Amino acid sequence: MKIVVTVKLVPDTNADKRIDPETKRLVRTGVETVLNPFDEYALEAALQLKEKAGGDTTVTVVTMAPENGKEVVRKALAMGADDAVMLSDPQAEGSDVWGTAHALAKAIAQNGFDLVVCGTQSTDAITGELPGMLAELLGVPGLTYLRKLEIDGTTVRAERETDNGYARISAPLPALASVTKSINEPRYPSLRGIMGAKKKTIAVRTLAEAGVGQEIGNAGARTEVTGFETPPARGKGEVYQAADAVAGAQKILEFLREKKFV
Amino acid sequence: MNFDLTADQRAIQTLCRDFAENEVKPRAEEMDAQAEFPYDLVKKMADLGLMGLPFPEEYGGAGADTISYALAVMEISRADASTGITLAAHVSLGSTPFAMFGTEEQKQKYLVPLARGEMLWGFGLTEPQAGSDAGGTRTRAELRDGSWIINGTKAFITNSGTDLSGGTTITAITGTDEKGRPEISNIAVPQDTPGFTRSKKYRKMGWKASDTRELAFEDARVPEDMLLGARGRGLKQFLKILDGGRISVAALSVGLAMGAYEEALAYAKERRQFGQPISKFQAIQFKLADMLMEIEHAKLMMLRAAWEKDNGREFEMSASLAKLYSAEVSRRVVNEAVQIHGGYGFMDEYPVSRMYRDQKINEIGEGTNEVQRLVIARLMGL
Ligand SMILES: Cc1cc2nc3c(=O)[nH]c(=O)nc-3n(C[C@H](O)[C@H](O)[C@H](O)COP(=O)(O)OP(=O)(O)OC[C@H]3O[C@@H](n4cnc5c(N)ncnc54)[C@H](O)[C@@H]3O)c2cc1C
Repeated sequence: MKIVVTVKLVPDTNADKRIDPETKRLVRTGVETVLNPFDEYALEAALQLKEKAGGDTTVTVVTMAPENGKEVVRKALAMGADDAVMLSDPQAEGSDVWGTAHALAKAIAQNGFDLVVCGTQSTDAITGELPGMLAELLGVPGLTYLRKLEIDGTTVRAERETDNGYARISAPLPALASVTKSINEPRYPSLRGIMGAKKKTIAVRTLAEAGVGQEIGNAGARTEVTGFETPPARGKGEVYQAADAVAGAQKILEFLREKKFV
Repeated sequence: MNFDLTADQRAIQTLCRDFAENEVKPRAEEMDAQAEFPYDLVKKMADLGLMGLPFPEEYGGAGADTISYALAVMEISRADASTGITLAAHVSLGSTPFAMFGTEEQKQKYLVPLARGEMLWGFGLTEPQAGSDAGGTRTRAELRDGSWIINGTKAFITNSGTDLSGGTTITAITGTDEKGRPEISNIAVPQDTPGFTRSKKYRKMGWKASDTRELAFEDARVPEDMLLGARGRGLKQFLKILDGGRISVAALSVGLAMGAYEEALAYAKERRQFGQPISKFQAIQFKLADMLMEIEHAKLMMLRAAWEKDNGREFEMSASLAKLYSAEVSRRVVNEAVQIHGGYGFMDEYPVSRMYRDQKINEIGEGTNEVQRLVIARLMGL
């Protein structure tokens, strides 16, 4: 079985985010680049499926990123992925989600796959749109927001998180799955994994090599960022001064009832 | 000249930092308060491959270099010095003698489980009456009918009495050389040897979660082939081990100092007096600037010594300089870190209180500051 995990390289989540007022894009210079934390859950889910399935199951990481991001991709290999495909092309700069999905779909189709696993969103742009688009472009069922993911023969069985619980869903392979943070606890790359990652292949491809045309990059973008604003600072929470613990507890209960938490 | 770490070194440092932040740091206060040996953290470090970091892969290690090892010890110690010394003593002192001096059979039997972190091992040099004067060993081992019969006492031995401890390698007098001086050899003594007992854990000022015990040998009998390395080379061999060990003690000191500096920096920005954060006072800014300057200096010395070792250079001088300097820097830094915290820094709920207590041993263990100066003077040719 061939499992593909899509990953994105994002600015360190702990660093302050800045947007360049000229280009209206996130400033990525001077900030360390890391694997999108959500994608680590996707990779962990894929690695667990591989460990369970055994045999000749492989996990390939696919990303679209500048070539200097190789070291970050190596972390995915150190965690246990077998190899990686990197779409690196100056032309890709300025791609919107649709352009990215389009390019990734080409690269994934070229690689071949039975299952694609994605994180639900990235910590930089946070659109959460990519998995759905990618499933559509690959022409396979998309099972999204999963908190549980299993493969049973040629069927994917999963639990999809909903507002008030979860839904059991399934689909035949090939398919695409996106997983949430509740699905697992991503592993650390081991020393053995880090030392072994050097020997694994990262295939770097240009857009042309992946068969991607003009649909992508600044020119092909279908969306445009017209402006941006910092959200207003969150107001201070309400502070109650309760006379004693019982009165305080009652107040909390009232609040929870009001918000329909209980 | 090139100050960039390699991709492997960076990846290992990042792994250790993430591990230390997420797994070690949250446990540090409680481990200190309970003087509780962190079996779970040792297991996790073993699973990650840290316990065998610099040893060859064929012996269960990860095959990484000394720079990576120093960075690993530094990052773990930044979160908790007890966990840092547990790792450093395991690798540098417990396991390295087998890697450097062991026969193939000894490596298979001991180095492999040690590198996998399934077993810990002690390094028994110090005795109640032989500390800095390590050659003043009184422990004796007599070869009788194919066995060493050992009698004596060892003091302050790290990792010697945990549930995972498999034994301790000691220095012992095994005869007299042709000049009539005591002949000292290394013997590996397994934990279950009759006549070999460990005291309860010492009650300590710092490194409370690390395991330190006194060892007693009363007619303890081990097979002749537990001799490690050449007969009569025991002191030289152990001093050689300590040369490398100094790089890891430097890493312990640098890591501890970084941890204390970071706590002080965060606290200074938060704590308000006279209507503003205390970080706005120049007196506090100067302290923080000096702390960072000294830490950077110590770290460069540590990395330089590690680099020399990795590149097959003579590294005794730079290791000793780095050990001495970073130990003294760690003292100045923890001292100012507590100062910046004021009274809160004296309270155990604040990590700097633990760091202050954990620091002192850096100036004593594996050669005191005075002994480092003696070593440096000797290497100068004085
Ligand atoms: C927590 C802990 C863990 C340890 N772990 C281990 C371990 O795993 N294995 C091991 O073998 N040992 C271990 N040690 C022992 C440690 O290495 C010794 O404590 C250290 O080497 C100093 O020896 P000492 O305590 O006997 O002090 P002493 O040698 O008695 O020194 C007392 C003072 O005299 C000074 N002094 C001594 N000689 C001279 C001189 N010639 N010139 C000037 N000043 C001098 C010293 O610098 C020091 O200030 C550990 C110690 C501690 C506290």
